[in-house]
Amino acid sequence: MNKKETAAPLLEITNLAVRFRDTDGGEAAVLRGVSLSLRRGETVALVGESGCGKSVTALSILQLLPAAARHSGGGIRFNGREITGAGKAELRALRGGRIGMIFQEPMTSLNPLHTVEKQIGETLILHRAMSGAAARRRTVELLARVGIDEPQKRLKAHPHQLSGGQRQRVMIAMALANRPDLLIADEPTTALDVTTQARILKLLRDLRRELRMSMLLVTHDLGIVRNMADRVAVMKDGAIVENAAAGQLFNSPQHPYTRRLLGAAPGRAPRKPPAGGEEILRARNMRVWFPVKKGILRRTVDHIRAVDGVDLSLRAGRTVGVVGESGCGKTTLALALLRLIKSSGEITFRGRDLRAAERKNLRKLRRGMQIVFQDPYASLSPRLSVADIVGEGLPVHGLCRDAGEREQLVAATLAETGLDPGLRHRHPHEFSGGQRQRIAIARAIILRPKLLILDEPTSALDASVQVQIIQLLRDLQARHNLAYLFITHDLRIIRAVSDEMIVMRAGAVLEHGATETIFQNPAHDYTRALVNAATVTI
Amino acid sequence: MKNAARQGLSPLTRRRLRLFAANRRGFWSLWIFAALFSVSLGAELIANDKPVLVRYQGEFYAPIFKRHAETVFGGEFETETEYRDPFIMEKINAEGWMLWPPIRHNYRSVAWDLPVPAPSPPDAAHWLGTDDQARDVTARLIYGFRISVLFGFALTIASAVIGVAAGAVQGYFGGRLDLLFQRFIEIWQGLPVLFLLIILASVVRPNFWWLLGLMLLFSWTNFVGVVRAEFLRARNFDYVRAARALGVGDGRIMLRHVLPNAVVATLTFMPFTLAFSVTVLTSLDFLGFGLPPGEASLGELLAQGKANLQAVWLGLVGFFSIGVMLSLMIFIGEAVRDAFDPRKNP
Repeated sequence: MNKKETAAPLLEITNLAVRFRDTDGGEAAVLRGVSLSLRRGETVALVGESGCGKSVTALSILQLLPAAARHSGGGIRFNGREITGAGKAELRALRGGRIGMIFQEPMTSLNPLHTVEKQIGETLILHRAMSGAAARRRTVELLARVGIDEPQKRLKAHPHQLSGGQRQRVMIAMALANRPDLLIADEPTTALDVTTQARILKLLRDLRRELRMSMLLVTHDLGIVRNMADRVAVMKDGAIVENAAAGQLFNSPQHPYTRRLLGAAPGRAPRKPPAGGEEILRARNMRVWFPVKKGILRRTVDHIRAVDGVDLSLRAGRTVGVVGESGCGKTTLALALLRLIKSSGEITFRGRDLRAAERKNLRKLRRGMQIVFQDPYASLSPRLSVADIVGEGLPVHGLCRDAGEREQLVAATLAETGLDPGLRHRHPHEFSGGQRQRIAIARAIILRPKLLILDEPTSALDASVQVQIIQLLRDLQARHNLAYLFITHDLRIIRAVSDEMIVMRAGAVLEHGATETIFQNPAHDYTRALVNAATVTI
Repeated sequence: MKNAARQGLSPLTRRRLRLFAANRRGFWSLWIFAALFSVSLGAELIANDKPVLVRYQGEFYAPIFKRHAETVFGGEFETETEYRDPFIMEKINAEGWMLWPPIRHNYRSVAWDLPVPAPSPPDAAHWLGTDDQARDVTARLIYGFRISVLFGFALTIASAVIGVAAGAVQGYFGGRLDLLFQRFIEIWQGLPVLFLLIILASVVRPNFWWLLGLMLLFSWTNFVGVVRAEFLRARNFDYVRAARALGVGDGRIMLRHVLPNAVVATLTFMPFTLAFSVTVLTSLDFLGFGLPPGEASLGELLAQGKANLQAVWLGLVGFFSIGVMLSLMIFIGEAVRDAFDPRKNP
């Protein structure tokens, strides 16, 4: 595909091994002999689930590993020169010069105190000894090239004045400033919304072709890989288990792990939702407005309408999906429905008005409505044992007579959510992300609720774990006739789990209807863009 | 027996004990400090001008716990017996015996029989010499250490309880309550503590409890900042929200879910507050606004060292005792902080 294909590889990693020191002096092997080569103009994707060592591989190319890491073997050659053990000056010339890098989180990888001009200009002045005026001209060019509107005006902008997508574009402009031979993109779109994701990926693809760069794309998302990469290397536990041309890998994956990854998309459940069940939750004209205050007297001049006039109704045994991009008010809606934050509008839970409920009565009603949060690392108290976390609600609602009964209920619920009850005395940090999410689900269902609000329950998890959690949720719904409000930004998951869906944007409902109907005929332009973006990247 | 006791502890407590012991410096500091402190708690039995036990004419007497008139032992006066009086000693030893503490001096007993003018340098009778009022420095050190540590603990624990409670309420509920409380604390912290102590000294005769109460009025605010910040941060944590969604009450959420976050911050603060409290008492004593004259105090020892530079043992004893005590406290504090660190591997 490129005329230089036959030349020596641009980047060659041979048998790279990296070990991390533990706090107690031991060492753990993070990379165990990774070999990978990248020719000029080629895009290679490094794919794997979290913790497999793909980011460590990317960081070792620039020798940016944390202090606890140590190269224990192998080498990295770039343009025929050995990088491991290279001097500081040589490394500085490579970083941001011949090799550019884009990080995952545009929020934290730009310096919040410096303007866009300064951050991009810095690499130009450092590597090319450009003058201020020349650097500015080049910066404007770069900004225009990465698709930022009115680049002249954006020069003086600070990162917080830019959206997530714009920030990622600035990152790309920084990485490309010195026309690198190799661009390393570490999860470049993971933190972005689907529609933005698609645009950033297209930009990267165009730029690579135009500048004839090589690209090492590190990602966990196989959907991205299919569209971007010439070759794919699949990593597992610090080693590459399969390395093949993209087409070949997707058509006939050899390694069982690759096959598992490829099969890890949640399938549509072949079930008929029960019709006409009890109406569990009804909300009319839900509003959450945060006041914007100005002046010495702190007068309310305006409101941020986080949730603005949402209606919904939820019946037993059915799932309503809520989709929208980040910041559209999905999570705020969930918290407002549970009365965890103030809102206006009418909420009825099993025929009882939640807003009129007294503090004490409300606490009793809480038994019937539970929530599972997005991040299983944040939603479990790190200082309590699993038994304490899961059993916390039982005495509050008088569901157990003594400690023995409580233990028994906790053990039974853990078993129901697919965890070994014998592990209940451990602490959350000893569990994986998927296991933690099972603990969070156990904590919710042990109270035998009628309604479960699932706020992005799978988006912090790896693809194969996502499928297991969704299967667990489906089983629980069928067994206990639960009503689910399933909040997510991932349309694949919505299609797989929900009977009805609500599309939200800027706090308001754009569309509301049966899931399949909306997927077949999206009525609104925005919904169409979402559906298209989702199907393109897949 | 030991194993059975261990079994009863929760895994978390066992982990914390393990982490604490892993910090060798703090672990040994705790043992040394505990030994010193428990020895000083029994100061009356170690350094006293009265015998621990007297056997006289077939009867037992415990002079430390009960005063006996000299007439009991064949003396002439109705006042309390002066057991170190050669006349009395002779009387008692003739018809019984006396068990003396290792140091035959109280913190306020004056040695009348010094060969040189006070302060006298260390010798066999006075291991660390005497001060300028001919009182034994070893005895004063033991009593002074005890009162300093007790004052430090009392002040630290009382300020922590008040400060944590105030910070917790402010941080958890936030809003207007928080705002009012913060302004109040700012004004409160602006009050000049030293002036108040001087005014107090002119109204009442300051003793241990007056000093403790007055210092407490101002030292609790030190804890409010860190605890309030932890509560403000933690009240929006997912697991706190999850607990609210479970229907758990505010008090229980504060205690079980939020407070543990603040404990580490409080504990990292505590050794410093403890050291600060000890230093405050010492410096007040040094300046003469502290404990009443005659009380054993390390600050007064330092003041004497400054006034009598020719008697180097006074200054050296004062310096090393305070230095060692504060270092031990800080080392223990570091180990406690390690023990509560959830990210630390045992």
